[in-house]
Amino acid sequence: MTSASKIYTDAKSALDGLLFDGMTVMSGGFGLCGIPENLIAALRDSGTKGLTVISNNAGVDGFGLGMLLNTRQIKKMISSYVGENKEFERQYLAGELELEFNPQGTLAERIRAGGAGIPGFYTATGYGTLVAEGKETKDFNGKNYVLETGLVADLSIIKAWKGDARGNLIFRKTARNFNPMMATAGKVCVAEVEEIVPVGALDPDHIHTPGIYVDRIVQGTFEKRIEQRTIRQAEGV
Amino acid sequence: MAWTRDQLAERAAKELKDGYYVNLGIGIPTLVANHIPAGMTVTLQSENGMLGMGPFPAEAEIDADLINAGKQTITELDETAYFSSSDSFAMIRGGHIDLTILGAMEVAQNGDIANWMIPGKLVKGMGGAMDLVAGVKRVVVVMEHANKHGESKVLKACTLPLTGTQVVNLIISTLGVFEVKPDGSGLILKELAPDVTLDDVARLTDADYEVGL
Repeated sequence: MTSASKIYTDAKSALDGLLFDGMTVMSGGFGLCGIPENLIAALRDSGTKGLTVISNNAGVDGFGLGMLLNTRQIKKMISSYVGENKEFERQYLAGELELEFNPQGTLAERIRAGGAGIPGFYTATGYGTLVAEGKETKDFNGKNYVLETGLVADLSIIKAWKGDARGNLIFRKTARNFNPMMATAGKVCVAEVEEIVPVGALDPDHIHTPGIYVDRIVQGTFEKRIEQRTIRQAEGV
Repeated sequence: MAWTRDQLAERAAKELKDGYYVNLGIGIPTLVANHIPAGMTVTLQSENGMLGMGPFPAEAEIDADLINAGKQTITELDETAYFSSSDSFAMIRGGHIDLTILGAMEVAQNGDIANWMIPGKLVKGMGGAMDLVAGVKRVVVVMEHANKHGESKVLKACTLPLTGTQVVNLIISTLGVFEVKPDGSGLILKELAPDVTLDDVARLTDADYEVGL
């Protein structure tokens, strides 16, 4: 492989040499939508332990990040909502799992800031609530704001729709969510895609994540499990 | 008679205005989409990264890459735009969303809201609720006025951990509609649900309020 190509043949080799116990991993997706299914499975198979995982949600029992909970590989989660996972509940209530809740927008912005070299920012979100406890606050023009810090990780694993050998990515519909920011905030970013296309096939004006942020890319196969299958009734939504 | 879930949604829909960009919370607020008046253009934002949310899909249209913030499958419209979570919350935090309609466990007369955590019970997380109440221009709450023991959820001060402080503009409860005074000094009762009396409201309300029907 030349340095011009970032393509790996499978998820396992795409993580080769990047994993160590106690590391921090960002994992893209919202619910089960746009999660790096193949890389999560490879992370499970690697047996890497003591992980701090930054992800909006924690998967469901036995799928997505739920797979890493079953194998007790996660020490701590930083998330905004974790309601869909019984094993998560059990480990958390038993004191086996640490949990840090961030408001969803604050989580997204902490990751964006981390990737953009911004160590902290002020937001009105959470002022006067539990999430502001112990944090610096500041009055700007008569309104109160909370200082939040940027987030970075040892590794980010993300999922895109199409990508090329240079790591340029495009996402599809609401499967974009946290993936683009996480690409910027990992010391190393590994992206899995549904299709690797030839360099030049993606319209440069339509690239969502430029290849500079993506170190390795792998084509995966996807189950794309749906959490809430809702169907239109005869009338209304 | 107190308003039902659907009647709450119907009343909340009267807060919509033509051209509004709106974020609807999970539960009763989602039903507001069924009551958008014909001919009115209202664009629904879903905080997982979508403007212009369409209805639920037919079976053949289901797409795992297309869900709303409640993780339900949905559809897109001609006008739909997709974006990242950070762009989505820039819209919310930056005050570009005109209105959010949310459920609540408790509200207080100064506009405080609690809707994410009951101490001692399992906490699932706040999701985007704290960002929405802090950033959206107008915050409307739809809620049960009192619990089944007759204890008010419209309070002088919230007892549960807060989602935001002094952020609620209007409360649509099962008993009626209350405006939160901008200076946080109390509520103004603006409407009563059908057959609800002032005595009913007085009996089931802890918060201080003026009657301004």
